[in-house]
Amino acid sequence: MPHTPHDIFLRSTAPVTIDESRCIADKGCTVCVDVCPLDLLAIDLTKGKAYMQFDECWYCMPCEQDCPTGAVKVDIPYLLR
Amino acid sequence: MLDKTGDAMTTEVLEYDIVVVGGGTAGPMAAVKAKEHDPSLKVLLLEKANVKRSGAISMGMDGLNNAVIPGHATPEQYTREITIANDGIVDQRTVHAYATHSFKTIEQLDRWGVKFEKDGNGDFAVKKVHHMGSYVLPMPEGHDIKKILYRQLKRARIEITNRIVVTRVLTDAQGRACGVLGFDCRTAQFYVVRAKAVILSCGAAGRLGLPASGYLMGTYENPTNAGDGYAMAYHAGAALANLECFQINPLIKDYNGPACAYVTGPLGGFTANGNGERFIECDYWSGQMMWEFYQELQSGNGPVFLKLDHLADETIQTIEQILHTNERPSRGRFHAGRGTDYRRHMVEMHISEIGFCSGHSASGVYVDEHARTTVPGLYAAGDMAAVPHNYMLGAFTYGWFAGEHAAQDVAGREHAPVDREQVRAEQARVLAPLSRERGLAPSQVEYKLRRFVNDYLQPPKVTRKMEIGLQRFAEIAEDIGAIKASHPHELMRAAEVQAIRDCAEMAARASLFRTESRWGLYHHRVDYPQRDDAQWFCHTDLYKDGAGNMSSKKRAVEPYIVPLAKEEQSAYESLRIRGKEALEEVAH
Repeated sequence: MPHTPHDIFLRSTAPVTIDESRCIADKGCTVCVDVCPLDLLAIDLTKGKAYMQFDECWYCMPCEQDCPTGAVKVDIPYLLR
Repeated sequence: MLDKTGDAMTTEVLEYDIVVVGGGTAGPMAAVKAKEHDPSLKVLLLEKANVKRSGAISMGMDGLNNAVIPGHATPEQYTREITIANDGIVDQRTVHAYATHSFKTIEQLDRWGVKFEKDGNGDFAVKKVHHMGSYVLPMPEGHDIKKILYRQLKRARIEITNRIVVTRVLTDAQGRACGVLGFDCRTAQFYVVRAKAVILSCGAAGRLGLPASGYLMGTYENPTNAGDGYAMAYHAGAALANLECFQINPLIKDYNGPACAYVTGPLGGFTANGNGERFIECDYWSGQMMWEFYQELQSGNGPVFLKLDHLADETIQTIEQILHTNERPSRGRFHAGRGTDYRRHMVEMHISEIGFCSGHSASGVYVDEHARTTVPGLYAAGDMAAVPHNYMLGAFTYGWFAGEHAAQDVAGREHAPVDREQVRAEQARVLAPLSRERGLAPSQVEYKLRRFVNDYLQPPKVTRKMEIGLQRFAEIAEDIGAIKASHPHELMRAAEVQAIRDCAEMAARASLFRTESRWGLYHHRVDYPQRDDAQWFCHTDLYKDGAGNMSSKKRAVEPYIVPLAKEEQSAYESLRIRGKEALEEVAH
């Protein structure tokens, strides 16, 4: 194959953001990760905090509603805002 | 972990009496009722997301749209209303079975702790939204419904496995369903679940058309409901009914959630045109209503709005309280971002992309009054099962029917031997994208596929366009063979693209088969603009024929058990509010 295949990753701003001072993922909490219907959130093990890993948000809000410390905020994705 | 052929080193094999696929609305009810019927049964509930917050009602629901409550409506009246709203093409047995059981389901939910609106005397506060009868029962605190269901699942000791993407129904040598195949969306672990009966409750095909925003997940339906159930039922050999009766909904533009005229209507809100005038008599979602909506959107009076700005402040506060905490609670945030205040502004609306959903229209897997599909041992319930206009309460009720009947059906039955070839072929098919070193991104293939769905299938339907669509969908099938998944999450999206493609082909073929127009906008064919009762007063069934081809056939509408009066039959055809001149003409 003379031409080298090459992937480009598109940048996007996560509509779900975390107040890390409130997030208690380091205490073992995974509520927001558990309830996301589309499985978009994850725990950053180096920080012990939740974050949005994939940009496929349905802005449905269980992550925000069910977070025990009020650390999660859901914005409407930019394309729909 | 994977070798070159896509075979995982390990495969998890599980054995249950009944497996339920989908833990949204119908699924939990099916699992609980199967177990209540026979507590010795091993029942597994599989869910692609997490049962705590999954399916169409992940954030609750603001009301029942089709409550048949003694003193307000009768099963016969409801059956008539749905028959008329669906242009006569219904299997009345299934609608009547729902209607007869409707109140029992409400009482069950009431006992479980679901709060319905009641009047001063403690009676259910039923509202009128449909054209003829009264069936709407508000649930102002409906945001708790998933928690209530979860408690019942735990109490009934239902086993639950979350994050499993089920991709095929396993069948035995006689063609009976004998389990399901799938994988874990976090580890790609492949699962074989053997079962004596399978209940599919996988929701609508809500990721078929592309939203006008271009945003893949900006769908009306929960995007997890990608049509997996429709594709699985088809490949298992089940018949699918009236798929050409698409789901198209009137929604808040861009946000793509319901404007909820059912909630606002009884409080004085209504659908208005650009001049702020009412143009339809009834906001109940039917094909005819969508036709009028579409006409208004395209006309000089467009676009269309939800009008609340004439209401008192207290009323608007009540509306905000319901709509901004239930079903799609981020709606308040969307309005705030656009500076829309119900007190001063109308809310701009448009029509949705297409989908399949029997909860709102009539497109689904054929089921009888026990929720049985045409495949022995395979049941379907909820949005994916063809009981027209069934909504949430119909999903609960048919989940109940499915669970109870499956429990009886598996009594004394042995597990069928597993067909190793089916398992091997499916494992290779679904895991292949993980083993490719290079390839297309699932999201790009999905985007292109769903854009073609809009380009070629969105009504008004044109024969030649749908034929071109079929060519494009065949090309997408080749692209799917070149998808690369970088991780198990992408593998889930790759599997969904395949289900969406199958649904797109079904939508095109079903639409081409019915050479007439029916159900208002849902099946308006520009080159066959008239309703043709002589040829097409029948159901259409789409199925995989003996040669593996997608085929369609007519199925007669069984004699009505609730006859219609002549003057009732056209009630839904006269939804448009007539101008003064037209009314005077009628008067003379």
